[in-house]
Amino acid sequence: MSSEQSLVDKLKALEAEALDRVNEATEPEALEAVRVTFLGRKDGRISSILRHLGGLDPEERPRVGAEANRVKARLQEAIEGRGTTLAASDAGRDALGGEEDRTLPARPRWPGGRHPVTQVIDELWEIFRGLGFTRVRGPEAETEWYNFEALNTPLDHPAADEQDTLYLTGGHLLRSHTSPVQVRTLEAYDPPIRVLAPGMVYRRDTYDATHAPAFAQLEGLVVDEGVTFVDLKATLAEFARRYWGPGTRIRFRPSFFPFTEPSAEVDVKRVFTNEAGQEEETDWLEIMGAGMVDPAVLDAAGIDSERYTGFAFGMGPGRIGMLKYGISDIRAFFENDIRFLEQFADR
Amino acid sequence: MNISLRWLKDLAPELGATPEEIAERLTHRGFPVEGREDLAAGLGEIQVARVTGVRPHPDADRLTLCQVDSGGETLQVVCGAPNVREGGWYPFAPVGSTLPGGMKIRKAKLRGEPSHGMLCSEKELGLGSGADGLMTLEGDFAAGDPLVEALGLSDIRLDVEVTSNRPDLLSHQGMAREVLREGDGEVRLPGLPGDATPEGSVMEWREGEAAVEGPHLSIRIEDPDRCPRYLGIVIRGVEVGPSPAWLQARLRAVGARPVNNVVDATNYILHEVGQPLHAFDLDRIGGGAVVVRKAREGEELRTLDGVDRGLTPEMLAICDAERPMAVAGVLGGAESEVTEETRDILLECALFTPGPIRATRKALALSTDASYRFERGVDPEGLRAAAERCARLIVAVAGGEVEAPLLDATARPHTPVRVTLRPARVEAVLGVHFTEETIRELLEPLGFTFDGRDGEALSVGVPGWRSWDVTREVDLVEEIARTWGFDHFPDTLNPYRPGTVPDDPRFALEDELRSRLSAWGLLEAQTPAFAPEGEGEVEVSNPVSAEERYLRRSLVPALLRRVEYNLARRNRDIRLYEIGTVFTAGEKGALPGEATRLAVVLHGRRLPEHWSTDDSAVDLWEVKGLLESLGASILSGGGQVVPHEDEESDLYLPGTTVALHEAGGEVVGTAGAVHPDRVDLPPWAGTVWALDLALPEAPAQVEDFRVRPLPTHPGTERDLALVISDDRTVEEVLGLVRERGGEILAEASIFDLYRGRGIPEGHRSVAVRLHFRAEDRTLTDAEVDGWVDAVAGALKEEMGVGIRGR
Repeated sequence: MSSEQSLVDKLKALEAEALDRVNEATEPEALEAVRVTFLGRKDGRISSILRHLGGLDPEERPRVGAEANRVKARLQEAIEGRGTTLAASDAGRDALGGEEDRTLPARPRWPGGRHPVTQVIDELWEIFRGLGFTRVRGPEAETEWYNFEALNTPLDHPAADEQDTLYLTGGHLLRSHTSPVQVRTLEAYDPPIRVLAPGMVYRRDTYDATHAPAFAQLEGLVVDEGVTFVDLKATLAEFARRYWGPGTRIRFRPSFFPFTEPSAEVDVKRVFTNEAGQEEETDWLEIMGAGMVDPAVLDAAGIDSERYTGFAFGMGPGRIGMLKYGISDIRAFFENDIRFLEQFADR
Repeated sequence: MNISLRWLKDLAPELGATPEEIAERLTHRGFPVEGREDLAAGLGEIQVARVTGVRPHPDADRLTLCQVDSGGETLQVVCGAPNVREGGWYPFAPVGSTLPGGMKIRKAKLRGEPSHGMLCSEKELGLGSGADGLMTLEGDFAAGDPLVEALGLSDIRLDVEVTSNRPDLLSHQGMAREVLREGDGEVRLPGLPGDATPEGSVMEWREGEAAVEGPHLSIRIEDPDRCPRYLGIVIRGVEVGPSPAWLQARLRAVGARPVNNVVDATNYILHEVGQPLHAFDLDRIGGGAVVVRKAREGEELRTLDGVDRGLTPEMLAICDAERPMAVAGVLGGAESEVTEETRDILLECALFTPGPIRATRKALALSTDASYRFERGVDPEGLRAAAERCARLIVAVAGGEVEAPLLDATARPHTPVRVTLRPARVEAVLGVHFTEETIRELLEPLGFTFDGRDGEALSVGVPGWRSWDVTREVDLVEEIARTWGFDHFPDTLNPYRPGTVPDDPRFALEDELRSRLSAWGLLEAQTPAFAPEGEGEVEVSNPVSAEERYLRRSLVPALLRRVEYNLARRNRDIRLYEIGTVFTAGEKGALPGEATRLAVVLHGRRLPEHWSTDDSAVDLWEVKGLLESLGASILSGGGQVVPHEDEESDLYLPGTTVALHEAGGEVVGTAGAVHPDRVDLPPWAGTVWALDLALPEAPAQVEDFRVRPLPTHPGTERDLALVISDDRTVEEVLGLVRERGGEILAEASIFDLYRGRGIPEGHRSVAVRLHFRAEDRTLTDAEVDGWVDAVAGALKEEMGVGIRGR
């Protein structure tokens, strides 16, 4: 083995040792000590090796000298890099304010959010807004005229009984459906009318798992020239697909409401692909009532029922929410237990 | 509406549909089948047995020892029923059989006497509600026959939901019409068992208008508006007793309880064709007259259910020459009831106007099979057929003879309904073209007739049983859509015109407020608008409970109940808000006033628990901040939140309240600490804070806003520690600071408050930062110091406010 080769090997060994010690240094002082040990002008271990350069062949000297310079430069660079890292980690510790265990829990915020029924109404509104609807509202305490008679429901007909109505002393009542808003809108505006009326309605019901004396309803009304039963079906089918997914099917069953004719109960069936990749479908879910606006309703509101036709629909956001979120007892909506509401909070 | 499938098929013998198909057809037409019951279920092991001997139990007063012939040997059965008699036929559950309820019959000893099986009541067999004695069987049987076959019980009962516009479906005949499809033949009333009337025989009627006079009885209608027509048939010599087994089985199949042969016959016709009928004991009709009139004030009647009822002139009564005998169309009277002593009867078959019947049954809180049908409308063209059929059935099951002539008082003749139908209108409403031929094919099977036309328009005859719900063109349009099938209509979305109605801005405002409150960590609550006495001024006249007797005038009390609810469940950190309607009494005759309000209730920690922070509780500064922020959202000119005392409200603790004033000075909202009397708190609870705010009727339009240019010259700050006595408010001190700080004082803010060592008793040190800035130049220290001195001087001289370190 030539002496040249042995010097180069020594330099390489030194380099490896020095780099290890640089990386082990955790304090600026320790790092400085490493620098002095290896790169010190007088006693640095690299300088010491170079002192033996004189004993080499002049032809060999440049090769060993070049290797020594490379190692020096490499170490210099490593020490500077390590120095920057150590400085930053100091600043980092300062930034943490002394507590470095990052597994500690984050500082929470109170989760706030809308009531689940409001959320459903918002979602429904978002869809109907995209279908050209605007929102209207009307009083919750109503007259018999708007709640019944203007809606083609004579007070002495059993249909006026089917929604057991809460009356106020003095003869007015709490609206038993949002349909009075239809009449008020028809009186106040000219067609084309395309409105949605969300709001609270009241029934003479005691609380149980599926009944409450007050609950939200959402009414829709479209009146214009040339509006037909096909438009009703199409609008609600489009709504259902947007709300429950593109595979959703919709079914109209004949029914009876005094203020629409023909009248229908509307059911939807969700068809979707489950996690296993299989197509799955729900049962038919009763979602809303709908129908073509009875000409008597248009006439009572002063709209020419020969010229204009229309459709109306009504649904219960609470019921839709119960189906959607798997809520089996409607009373949960009124108890307002924080632990219940927080599940619906914005995250 | 209970439908017996066996009965249905008797009326439509060619109907081959399975129960499932029938249910599907009805649902498809709009009458969902809510329930289905196999009437013979669980009865397979029950037999018919005859009791051949009855003797008292030697060791028990209430028990008897019966010898029971169940086809084979004669068995001893111990029986506790009071009505068991020798020679009677009863349902018998032999040893080893199981009752429908699951009870297994075993050989037993009762008070020392062996009992081999059990004689059963209706209730034990699930055939009715009768539990007070054995179910007595009428007819000829062979001992040991299966009960199901002996009584014709193998039947299925469907519970069909019938909408209130279709009284014609409240009978098996009507149901059959709706179920039949092409190829199912037609609906025909079958022969009545035991009816010996010769084919083609005609009953003789005597007709009158408001009055008709018979040989022994007259009928007079005094109120033709409420009773357009009244038929009466006298049947003499009936023998009242139990109905034959087939008739009892029919009534049981639809859930009705057999009474006696005459009453059962009327009920049978009611369920068969939908016409309610009533039988009076002829001997009890005083003065030989039936008068249909309004009841007189003070008149009373004991009805069949044994209740004495006061009648009013709003009620129509069927009277004899003097007194009411029945509440017309609702319920008969006990005194004229058909009993086992009755020999001669008057059978009533009448038409009553729906509205008044409804009013009467509501006033009496008494709904019967009859009132249910009359208030929806019975077939005005079917009276005679129903009356004759019922008379024949009575004679068939109870004997006797119909007395001629039968009486028919028609005060208001019925005019059959005709409706004009324009095929073009059908298309305009339904969006699908129907040919005239299709229209006829859809409507004729339901009994509609087409005879005559006016140009394009068709003249459609409406059958009597549909004369209540089909009176207009649109009613026929619905029939077309319904019978064609809603499934057949396409659902292609057509273009539409935008509406003329603007989006009500209150919705957008509430959306915005909900977004903010939610982002601030509050949870939206919903409470019903009801309130107990003292918390509302609008009263509900028919409340379900005292808690719901009024409509709330504030959202806060119900939210406080929610606080209690949550605290009871150890949910300590409560932050709820609600946006809802409150009600105030309206002017006389006018609707109540309604306003939308926003309320917040807070309890517990200000921030969620965390290892790095102290747990500080919600305080006034929290709700004051909410009130200020909300105020800025709803008031266009901003608003001002100031300390507030409200003598009228006892919601808040005195001295804890702040109020939001709008520019005009009106109070728009308040916030403060809830008075402990207003909320029921557990001892460990802290202060509950509330906020109550009126939302504007017409939210202000969002004003165009233009950005302020940013300052171009640097500003300077000076901090002062003001020692302020407690009888001055910080607000007034800051007012003076702002007034005297010159034009260059841009802002004065408080950054610390301190009481304690170094500060005199009754004083606090308030650290104020003064921000100075000029728009056109950089301020010099000398200039700023001059203004600070001016402020300090004014504070000292005018308010006695000292400045620490000066």
